[in-house]
Amino acid sequence: MNEYKELLFEISRSNRRACSLPQSDVPTVSLKEKFTEKFVREEPANLPEVSEPQLMRHYTALSNKNFGVDNGFYPLGSCTMKYNPKINEDVARYDGFAHIHPLQPTQTLQGSFQLMYELQEDLKVVSGMDEVSLQPAAGAHGEWAGLMIIKAYHETNNELDVRRKILVPDSAHGTNPASAVIAGFDVIEIPSNEDGTVDLEALKEQVGPDTAGLMLTNPNTLGIFEKDILEMAEIVHEVGGLLYYDGANLNAIMGITTPGAMGFDIVHLNLHKSFSTPHGGGGPGSGPIGVKAFLTPYLPVPKIEKSGEEFVLNSDYPLSIGRIKGYFGNFGVNVRAYTYIRTMGGSGLRKVSESAVLHANYLRHRLEPYYDSPYPQICKHEFVLSGNRQKKLGVRTTDIAKRLLDFGYYAPTIYFPLIVEECLMIEPTETESKETLDEFANVMIRIAQEVEQNPEIVTQAPHYTSVKRLDEVTAARKPVVRFE
Amino acid sequence: MINEFRYLPDTEQDQAEMMEALEIHSIDELFKDIPEEIRLKEELVLPDAVSESALTKHLRKLAALNVHSHEVAVFLGAGTYDHYIPSVVDHVISRSEFYTAYTPYQPEASQGELQAIFEFQTMITELTGMEAANSSLYDGFTSLGEAANLAVVTTKRPKVVVSKGVHPQGREVLRSVSKGREFQLEEIPLAVDTTDLSQLESAVDEQTAAVIVQYPNFLGSIEDLQKVKEMAVNQKALFIVMANPLALGVLESPGKFGADIVVGDMQPLGLTMSAGGPHCGYFTVNKKHLRKIPGRIVGQTTDKEGKRGFVMTLQTREQHIRREKATSNMSSNQALNALASAVCMAALGKNGIQEMAQLNVEKADYLANQLRSKGFKIVNQAPFFNEFAVELKHSVKEVSAVLLEKGIIGGYDLEPEYGMKNTMLLCATDQRTKEEMDTLVSVLEEIAYE
Amino acid sequence: MTTTKNIYFTKNHEWVLLLEDNTARMGITQYATEQLGDIVFVEVPELSSETAMEEEIATVESVKSASEIYAPLSGTVTSVNEELEDSPELVNEAPYEAGWLAEIHYTDTDEISQLMNQSAYDAYVKELKEEEGQ
Repeated sequence: MNEYKELLFEISRSNRRACSLPQSDVPTVSLKEKFTEKFVREEPANLPEVSEPQLMRHYTALSNKNFGVDNGFYPLGSCTMKYNPKINEDVARYDGFAHIHPLQPTQTLQGSFQLMYELQEDLKVVSGMDEVSLQPAAGAHGEWAGLMIIKAYHETNNELDVRRKILVPDSAHGTNPASAVIAGFDVIEIPSNEDGTVDLEALKEQVGPDTAGLMLTNPNTLGIFEKDILEMAEIVHEVGGLLYYDGANLNAIMGITTPGAMGFDIVHLNLHKSFSTPHGGGGPGSGPIGVKAFLTPYLPVPKIEKSGEEFVLNSDYPLSIGRIKGYFGNFGVNVRAYTYIRTMGGSGLRKVSESAVLHANYLRHRLEPYYDSPYPQICKHEFVLSGNRQKKLGVRTTDIAKRLLDFGYYAPTIYFPLIVEECLMIEPTETESKETLDEFANVMIRIAQEVEQNPEIVTQAPHYTSVKRLDEVTAARKPVVRFE
Repeated sequence: MINEFRYLPDTEQDQAEMMEALEIHSIDELFKDIPEEIRLKEELVLPDAVSESALTKHLRKLAALNVHSHEVAVFLGAGTYDHYIPSVVDHVISRSEFYTAYTPYQPEASQGELQAIFEFQTMITELTGMEAANSSLYDGFTSLGEAANLAVVTTKRPKVVVSKGVHPQGREVLRSVSKGREFQLEEIPLAVDTTDLSQLESAVDEQTAAVIVQYPNFLGSIEDLQKVKEMAVNQKALFIVMANPLALGVLESPGKFGADIVVGDMQPLGLTMSAGGPHCGYFTVNKKHLRKIPGRIVGQTTDKEGKRGFVMTLQTREQHIRREKATSNMSSNQALNALASAVCMAALGKNGIQEMAQLNVEKADYLANQLRSKGFKIVNQAPFFNEFAVELKHSVKEVSAVLLEKGIIGGYDLEPEYGMKNTMLLCATDQRTKEEMDTLVSVLEEIAYE
Repeated sequence: MTTTKNIYFTKNHEWVLLLEDNTARMGITQYATEQLGDIVFVEVPELSSETAMEEEIATVESVKSASEIYAPLSGTVTSVNEELEDSPELVNEAPYEAGWLAEIHYTDTDEISQLMNQSAYDAYVKELKEEEGQ
């Protein structure tokens, strides 16, 4: 591949452009007269000046230096990097979905309201909840909304003054404690057992009249199902706390069980994980929340409801936590998730989870002889390995991750969950073929052998990417966050 | 049997081989750790799976129930706008190397995305006149919430003062956010069309963490940022501006007026309206606050051979490291939309963005003048960008219904939020032609004299 | 490294050097810097702030971690090392000298007896290193 390394600003030349603006058909206006001199921009914003072919080549060159699911296997744990269906992309671009204004008269938005309403209904079924809001834009946003519902609920019961603690297992996603703090709660960490599940005794010790709720993902981030979930739910409910389900790992259980059946009161779902919408290099996602009936008055407003044959917006919920995002959430993402659910149906979603879990167990089985496996029981959609054995030979998990890039794979999630040393967290998903799983396993085995025979090739990796290992220390010490 | 699902590659043979390796006889055995009493006994009750062609037919029908901007003339703005989007934008974001990637955790395999975001950060700081930007947040309103949280945490003060010139939904989101970290929110009314500066001055005190105004404000008018800044400085409160990035093509940058944080939504630059999302919040600050920014930041560095490269940097601010001590809980952002906006800004370039902004000014100016000449009262006293409020003779609801029959989406009804009876917020973007505007004026005139 | 009678240590690997007039200079130990790796940012204490023994007063960050630094003694922060703002690497390069964090005017001389002296600290670190080796 040729080594294109220019920034847009470096290929810029005065008076080039890649746009074709409409011609003015109205009288010109003097900005200085209209706005007074003070408010007219003195120095133009120095945006790059390039022609359309240059622009397209620039971004094509950049795309060639980027790795997505369409490029190859992307075993990033807890991120559910499944295939992103193309029909979803087409549909989201239909004029009637892409080119509609959110504040248009509601009778001109009935198609999108129907889609949102039906998606809410579908997500109720998949999550086992009684009502769903599509407003949260991503998982962390859903978490925060859910916590604000917990807060509003305790406030209504005049218990908020004492219920200030949110319990979070030490294996939880980092967003859980962060969301709790931003919702105004104190975070209490609950340790895990040796088998990787929540320590029930520790949980019992921590719960009490000051418990606002427990946040849990099940299966947890180790890929292990919290089999004592009903007992945990009882422990928390008994003291008046609520149970929050982090839906990042839903891909393991669709059609098999539901957060509702497990006793959870609130759940968020990551449509950009289990429901196939693309991650876009970091977003946009969509993080709808579902609640049990007794919490429906607290959901964000406006709600999309059906009144006779018409779909309407209703903000008349005085206990609501209020609006948490503009308009109706990430509608374009929700269109994609709806399309996916219609493509798969109920039986399809169950097959998704079955294949995802089979793949994870199979891959774990193939890798266990070569890497430490701290939790060797049945896993769900993902599993963790530890690079401790390799660390003793001077090779760190990060080196193994970099070496994988040389073989045309993205790397697993590394150093998370924090409770596993030198952690590699692998989630193969259901959309990979057995051949891909086998090829990946062979490469992981080969790397384990390299660590023993020729560790330098691993510690110096990657060798074939557009840049070699990057200096993150200088980047953080002397931050350069824009082109000068 | 599995093969009827085109995203699932497993054949029965594949599954049999995997099960054999695992020494199990059915996939069900992999779920035996899930207690029986919570296992579903029946299939999920969802509509049956449908074929690709049947599904596109169904979805086209649903889409057709909506009225879209290619079949009507949209005079509705109020935070979301019908603007020119260069064709290149969708071509770039349709490259699956970009849209099917995750957050660039492995920078060596994600240089394209990282560089594109670095360029985005540069361009948005150019427009806002600030020194640093993050890689995006959910939307303009949630960015505003994050800015308020930053101010409250940094200044350790309990009150945020916000002008009613800020978008009503932005203030609603702020109100929800304020209940999290539990800070007070004080709203300052408008004096006609801009923030009542004397009320603002008396509200800002030593308890004030931040003062927030919108630029141009919700009614389209230009707020006097210089005066607001002085009031903030006098009490050592942070000055937060929510700005329309397109307007900054011609308006003096908030950075020049001394803003501490400038946030907003990139939607006017390259993003489809999509019923309000996904859009893209931006968040820019001066270096002083760099290490308090929510969300991901891309920084420049070199690889071990000295070659320029890009990484996510200052990550200790973030939730995956700092957990409960993180500056924000942001994880997923709107990176693909930031990319779309970057492409749009690059396509417009230094001249194009000024011309496009100017076009908006001229269209709105023309429309306002036409309405004035027909006897309508334009509410705005301050200069406005591409939106203004006009008093009608009938309720906005009635007028909108008539306009819709004529193929026009009318403006925003200012009565519920601002108590401005029969007053419509009209927007004329670069996409509105003189002919469409003349039609609008004549229909409004007809209705007025009915 | 500096060896002096006036240097004391905490279990959290802060060092504190007693100067004149009830003033003490503090920083983090060599062992702490080895554990943290390359330090990329130091959030120094606020000048004139009051602090109590074992209270958080600063943060030291590496690329992927952030560690709280605790006050070794109670008192008022009288001086901070402003060099660290632009050159956090000084903490790695010279933790006992150019990489100092702050000076505290301490109020309770009895607190000093709760700290470790050089030999006690050396033994403590040796023990920790042995544990790691296992």
